[in-house]
Amino acid sequence: MSATRSDIVATGSKLSQFVDWIDARFPMTKMLKEHATEYYAAKNFNVLYVFGVLAMVVLVIQLVTGIFLTMSYKPSADDAFASVEYIMRDVEWGWLIRYMHSTGASAFFIVVYIHMFRGMMYGSYKKPRELLWIIGMLIYVTLMVEGFLGYLLPWGQMSYWGAQVIVSLFGAIPGVGETLVEWIRGDYFISDITLNRFFALHVAAVPLALIMLVVMHILALHETGSLNPDGIEIKEHKGSDGIPLDGIAFHPYLTAKDLVAIVIFFIAFSAVIFFAPEMGGYFLEPANFEPANQLKTPEHIAPIWYYTPFYAILRAVPSKGFGAFLMAMAIVLLFFLPWLDRCKVKSIRYRGWTYKLALTTFAVSFLVLGYLGLQPAVEPYKTFTQIFTVLYFSFFIFMPIYTRLEKTKPVPERVTYHHE
Amino acid sequence: MTLRLGGVCVLIAMLMIRPAVVLASEGGAIIQAANNDVGNIGSLQRGARNYVNYCLGCHSAKYVRYNRLAADLGISEDQLINNLMFVTEKPHDTMRIAMPPADAARWFGQTPPDLSLIARSRGTDFLFSFLNTFYIDESRSTGVNNLVVESVAMPHVLWELQGMQRAVFSEQAHEDGTSKIVFKEFEPVTEGLLSPDEYQQFVRDLVNFLEYIGEPIQLKRRQLGIWVLIYLVVFGIFAYALKNEIWKDIK
Repeated sequence: MSATRSDIVATGSKLSQFVDWIDARFPMTKMLKEHATEYYAAKNFNVLYVFGVLAMVVLVIQLVTGIFLTMSYKPSADDAFASVEYIMRDVEWGWLIRYMHSTGASAFFIVVYIHMFRGMMYGSYKKPRELLWIIGMLIYVTLMVEGFLGYLLPWGQMSYWGAQVIVSLFGAIPGVGETLVEWIRGDYFISDITLNRFFALHVAAVPLALIMLVVMHILALHETGSLNPDGIEIKEHKGSDGIPLDGIAFHPYLTAKDLVAIVIFFIAFSAVIFFAPEMGGYFLEPANFEPANQLKTPEHIAPIWYYTPFYAILRAVPSKGFGAFLMAMAIVLLFFLPWLDRCKVKSIRYRGWTYKLALTTFAVSFLVLGYLGLQPAVEPYKTFTQIFTVLYFSFFIFMPIYTRLEKTKPVPERVTYHHE
Repeated sequence: MTLRLGGVCVLIAMLMIRPAVVLASEGGAIIQAANNDVGNIGSLQRGARNYVNYCLGCHSAKYVRYNRLAADLGISEDQLINNLMFVTEKPHDTMRIAMPPADAARWFGQTPPDLSLIARSRGTDFLFSFLNTFYIDESRSTGVNNLVVESVAMPHVLWELQGMQRAVFSEQAHEDGTSKIVFKEFEPVTEGLLSPDEYQQFVRDLVNFLEYIGEPIQLKRRQLGIWVLIYLVVFGIFAYALKNEIWKDIK
C-alpha cells in the first residue's frame, strides 16, 4: 500500500475510490486487516473466551451512561444525593440510565473476574503473554479505583463511610501515611472537596487511563496472537498461505460468535435492570438510600460485593497496618503469576492434579472470602476468614514448588475441535 | 408433584397470612411481613390519603412531585387538589413541609426524617412492624415506646386509629444462669377508631405508598422489561442462526 498518488488510477466504484483516498492518508484498511479480517485466532474457543469482548461492551455501556449521568448529576455535598433522585424521577429515562450504570458496574466485575479466571486456567499469562497479563492486571487495579471513586458520588451513608474507611487505610503507610490521606481527601475529613475531586477523577482521568490500557491490552494480544483452551500456539503450524492451520479469521467468525454472546449478556443485563435493579441489596445497597451523615456511623460498614474478598483479608489480622499490607499483597501477587508458575504446559487440560487442586482451592477461597467480607467481624466468621486467607496466599507462595514438580500430560500438536 | 407443589403453596400462603407477631432471632427486632402489593392502585391511593393526613405534618417527601403522584395513581388534578393538597402548594410542587428543622429537632430530639426513600433504605417489613408496635411507656415524654426502634423520638401518631396497647415482657432464662427480658405479647388498653384488621390494612396501604414513592418507576419498568426481553430473544435467535451459517465451513 505504498503506491504514490500518480500510480493510482481512478477506476472502480465510488466507494472503492473513497476507501483508497482514506488509505493513502490513514491506515484504515491496513488496521482492519491486521486486527479483524486477517487476524487469526484458534477455532476451539469455548464460552470462557467471550468475556474479553463482554468487558469491552460493558466499558462502552459505562462510558455512554456515565456521560448522560454527568449531564444531570451535581458533584457537591449539598446537591449530589438530590441530583441522583432527580435523575431517577424527573429526567426522561434517567432511571434507566442510572440502573444501567449501577448494574454495569457490578456486571463489569463479574465479567472481568471470569475473564481473569480463564487466563489462570489456560495459562494465558505465560510466555510470551506476560506483558499482556500485566496490562490486564493494571486494568483490573484501575477498574477497582474507578469503582471506588464512583461509589462516593451518590453521597449516601455507605458512600461516605465506605470512602472514610478505605481512604484512612492509606494512613497505615509509615511516615507519609497521614499526609497522604489528607492529600487524597483534600481536607481534614471526607467532605465536599473530596467529592468534587473524586468526581473529576471518576469522570475524566481514570476513564482515560482505562481506555488507553484497554487499547494497549488488545495491541499486546494481537502482537502475540490469542491462545486457546488447549494452550498450544497455533502459529507453529501454518499452511502454505501463511495462515495457521487451526486459525479462523476474527471477522467474520468470532465477531458473529461474539454477537450471540453479547445478546445473551444483554438478556441477563436487562433482566436485572428491569426486574431486580437492587439485586437483593447487593448492586444497590439499602444504606445508600440515606443521605450521608457525618455524625451517624452505620451499624455495619461493608464495601460493595466485588471488593469484599480483599476487605475480608484486610480484617483477617488485628493490626491495621499489616492487614492493609496483606490486602495489597493479595492483588500484587497476581502480577507475578507468569514467574511464580514454573510449569511449561499452559492449559489446565494437560496439567497435573496438583495445579488443578491449587487453582480450585484458590477460586473457592476467593468466593468464600467474598462472602465473609460481607459479614460482621465476629466468630465464627473471623476464624474462617483467617483460614481462607492462608489458603489464598498459599496458592501463590507455594506455586514455584508445586508447579515445578507437576506431572503433566502430553500436549497435542493441533487444537481439539469438534464441529457440532 | 402437583399435590406437593399445591401443598407447599398453601403452607406459604398460611405463613404469610399469620397475624401473630413473630420474634426475630435477635431480641428487640420484631419484624412482620408487610405483604403489600405495589401494583394495587387502590391501596396506593388510600396510602397517599393516609400519608397526607397523618404523616405530612412532620415528614416531608421532598423528592415526590404532586402531579407525578396524581398521574401514576390515576387521580385527576381536581381530585388531587381537593383531597391531597391542603395549603398553598401547586401540583408541580414537591411534598415539602413548613416545619423548621431546627424547631423540630428541639421538640422531638431529632428532625423527623424525609420519607421519600425510607422504604428503600429500611424495607417495607421494618416500616410495617414499626407502625404496629408502639406501646404505652409512661417513663417517656411522648408516653410511648416502640419495639422496633427502641426509645423512638416519634409519638404514636396513629393512636386514635389503633387505640393504645401495653407490651408484656417476660424473663427468659438461659443455661448459663443469665436471663433476658423478651417481648411476650401486646395487651390492648383502649380501642381505636379502626378494628385491628382495619388498622393493619391502613398501615399496609401506607407502607405500600412509601414503597411506591421510593421508586415511582417500579410501576412501569417490569412491563417495559418484558418487551425488551422479547426483542432480545428474537434478535438472539437470528444472531445464532447467522453464527451457524458463517461457521458452516469450519471443520
